[in-house]
Amino acid sequence: MIRPHRSHPLWFAFLLHRVSGALLALFLPAHFLVLATALTSPQALDGALAWTDNTLVKLAEFGLVFLLAVHALGGLRLLALEFLPWTSGQKTLAASAVALAVLVSGTFFLSAV
Amino acid sequence: MDVSVWRGDASGGRFQRFEVPARTSQTVLDVVAWIQQNADPTLSYRFACRVGMCGSCAMMVNGQPRWTCRTHVDRVTSDGRLEIAPLRNLAVIKDLAADMDPFFEKWVTAEAVFHPARSRDEAVERVNPDDPARQQVDAAIECINCAICYAACDTVAANPDYLGPAALNRAWTLVNDTKDAGRTAVLDAVSGAGGCHNCHSMGSCAQFCPNELNPMNAIAGLKRATARRFLGG
Repeated sequence: MIRPHRSHPLWFAFLLHRVSGALLALFLPAHFLVLATALTSPQALDGALAWTDNTLVKLAEFGLVFLLAVHALGGLRLLALEFLPWTSGQKTLAASAVALAVLVSGTFFLSAV
Repeated sequence: MDVSVWRGDASGGRFQRFEVPARTSQTVLDVVAWIQQNADPTLSYRFACRVGMCGSCAMMVNGQPRWTCRTHVDRVTSDGRLEIAPLRNLAVIKDLAADMDPFFEKWVTAEAVFHPARSRDEAVERVNPDDPARQQVDAAIECINCAICYAACDTVAANPDYLGPAALNRAWTLVNDTKDAGRTAVLDAVSGAGGCHNCHSMGSCAQFCPNELNPMNAIAGLKRATARRFLGG
């Protein structure tokens, strides 16, 4: 799938956005279905909530938060890219600033855990 | 040098291998010409100026769209293997010659044609190079119609009606051109079903444009202009 004409950062950003969006689209109906049981069948909701105490489900929730974060940031990136008439130099500076912020905050995060 | 060249027509084809002598400062177009002149005179391909001005010699080289006359072989291969194919996203006429008709028809569909504002009896419109709108035009004007961006674009591949980066890039120059009287017609044409809002900002057009233009930026400009117009601004 990663053919030679696709091997550049913006295409990978598109892929990440599309894949995270598709996976979230799979998750959301299940999420709403479970929430809806609060009205129709409280026992079923309690059962579902007990199921989420499962270690595997807790781990999967990390993935879910990752997908949400990636998709939200990807959406902000697109809005900034398309609705702000930036020059390519400004875009490089903005991307560098984000990278630096991630590096600094990541360093603090790693030393905290 | 081991060169695979796509042979066939619109109904199908296959890659044919040729052994081509390597030379210094050899371009991909030199390789194709050598094959046609020394190995197989029936090989069809398209070229004209050989100096990167006419935009007619673009082909897929090792899976990437390139202007073959300005692409040195040693810049695109390290193991002496070349795979040369006709431009992606266009039907093949024969061998390496793609059918450019849909590409140029979309320029017209996008209203990417000049709409004169003045007659010959009126004074020529002054163009101020410091004007921000003019600078947008200048940044996007040097397109040579080579269809490399069109071949690189996955949105074109997925949606046959999508006008494509080159036509939309030209439309953006006209939207910003004080000499052009067709701003409304252009914005109507590029906000339709196959218009600028199909673009997913994958950036392959900007990545591969041999003249280092950025059609993705131009399309983003059209998105802003059409959105502003939709909101009544």
